[in-house]
Amino acid sequence: MFNLERWQEIFETIAKNKLRTFLTGVSVASGIFILVILLGFGQGMQNGVTKEFEQDATNRIAVWTGVTTVEHKGLNPGRFIELKNEDYDYLIKKYEDDIEFKSSVYRIWSGVATYKNESGSYRVEGVYPDYQFIENASLSHGRFINYPDHDNYEKVITIGHKVYTDLFEEDEDPVGKQVQISGINFKVVGVYTDPGGEREESRIFLPLSTSQRVFNAGNRVRNLGFTLQRQESFAKALQQSIKFSAEIENFLKERHIVAPEDTSAINVFNTLEEAKRYYDLIAMIKLFFWVVGICTIIAGVVGVSNIMLIIVKERTKEIGIRKAIGAQPWSIIGMILHESIFITAFAGFLGLITSMGLLEIIGPNVEIDYIVNPSVNFNVALTTVFVLIAAGTLAGFFPAWRAAKIRPIEALREA
Amino acid sequence: MIEIKDLHKSYHMGNNSLHVLKGINFNVEDGEMVAIMGSSGSGKSTLLNILGMLDEADQGSYVLDNTHIKNLNEKLAARYRNRFLGFVFQSFNLISYKSALDNVAMPLYYQGVKRSKRTERAMSYLDKVGLRDWATHMPNELSGGQKQRVAIARALASDPKVLLADEPTGALDSKTSYEVMEIIQAINDEGKTILIVTHEDDIAHMCKRIVHLRDGVIIDDQRIDQVRVKEMTNV
Repeated sequence: MFNLERWQEIFETIAKNKLRTFLTGVSVASGIFILVILLGFGQGMQNGVTKEFEQDATNRIAVWTGVTTVEHKGLNPGRFIELKNEDYDYLIKKYEDDIEFKSSVYRIWSGVATYKNESGSYRVEGVYPDYQFIENASLSHGRFINYPDHDNYEKVITIGHKVYTDLFEEDEDPVGKQVQISGINFKVVGVYTDPGGEREESRIFLPLSTSQRVFNAGNRVRNLGFTLQRQESFAKALQQSIKFSAEIENFLKERHIVAPEDTSAINVFNTLEEAKRYYDLIAMIKLFFWVVGICTIIAGVVGVSNIMLIIVKERTKEIGIRKAIGAQPWSIIGMILHESIFITAFAGFLGLITSMGLLEIIGPNVEIDYIVNPSVNFNVALTTVFVLIAAGTLAGFFPAWRAAKIRPIEALREA
Repeated sequence: MIEIKDLHKSYHMGNNSLHVLKGINFNVEDGEMVAIMGSSGSGKSTLLNILGMLDEADQGSYVLDNTHIKNLNEKLAARYRNRFLGFVFQSFNLISYKSALDNVAMPLYYQGVKRSKRTERAMSYLDKVGLRDWATHMPNELSGGQKQRVAIARALASDPKVLLADEPTGALDSKTSYEVMEIIQAINDEGKTILIVTHEDDIAHMCKRIVHLRDGVIIDDQRIDQVRVKEMTNV
């Protein structure tokens, strides 16, 4: 490998056939280029989907209601199903051991909030304190609403970051300020941020009990939200969440006299199940990308192998001379292998560097749904390097073997 | 130096078998200069290939410098060739993309000699054949006679026991042929054993002994008075 003589010979032979070597190199380089770009976008898709699910806790289960579409037990379709506090109370008691965070929600789709001269229309949601964790929200000012607020029907709110920037002046401390919602004064106790972005941050949270009282909702709730206790493995967590969602769906349908096959009256959304579906899809896509990339590299490698065979054929006489003056078979094999590995590795690295450079430059600027920052990590780069060297060895081996088998007497006879 | 006993060689082509060497007995002493003559198909090239370990005999024994040459694998054959033999071919067989100096240094490379030493020794052999000033030239910049002289220098570079020349003047005009033969004679004068395959009488008579082959057997083997190229008046 570090034999200077050998390197010189390789450069001499390459210099003799610049165009041929260049074209061979291009096929390998483009193979690696395509592989890396594909893998980069595979990673980008994974990043994108992960981000998409980041806006809520990934093991979240949400329940909401709609209008019945199927006649059941003599009741006509078209009834609007409403959940009650009692549904929630029953469920959290029954599944006390399974549930991690829990909340029911009463929602006003658009409440007008006013502070001084600024006002805006936002979703106003009455929730339990746990809702912070179900939403994956974190606080930038003050605190989230808490259980004492809830027990005492306090008129306090935690506002989203968007609401804060809309209503308040820059650097103004919102905590303790009074904001009017539908003409009622609420005291701001905190500001939250949400990885889901602006849409998720243009909401106002207040205690559920307060919301039911001020908006005359009685004991009605719009949504239920749960997260389940963490499990040791993804598979277990998935199994648990599927079982849990099925059970609560059955329970709620029975209690509200909804047909089991009615899909619109009671909806249970299982984030984990959804996430798994996406992750499975991405795993498949990534595998597919690897296969396509490897096939492209194989095409390149076969090209190198082909060229090396031609080179061996062309140099038959020279190899015969070398053997006649004392070259051992292994030195011939080494010579051909070395050249093949050099061409593959050099061209491959060129492809690797250009593709990684390209990903580095355009990666952060890619703004497509479900694709975020396509990139390859160091391990993948390292793997492709090994793939390259293996490919070069493979490409060179058969031609080298053939070269070593050349009989000097026959080679020299070919004048 | 060379002892050959009852050497046989056949070539098989499909169902036909061609018996080329039919029992050759033949000794060469240290420092001899032997011409092997014969018409084409007489087996002289085959004999030279066997002597050069480029080919193997079917039967018989071959001893070179007290070493039995048999059952060679490629690796061993390569080592023996490198250590014992220097080849000179009719078509020169220089490596086209290497300079004269690099061509001469090649056997030393395969012997594992260090680069600086290799260059030094190669240069001294080039000097010996009168081509010191042509060391950096490529083979295609040299005349036929010069190429053959480079080839001789290369054959000598590994300091072999025996120099094997297969029609060394076959591709050269007579003036250049004589120049080449003069060099070969000078090498022989230094004590190197030399075997030359040729079909030219005048070349054969520049050796010290002529062996005639016909149809795979030796029909004539005699010592002669060597014609010295240097003393020839018409050159």
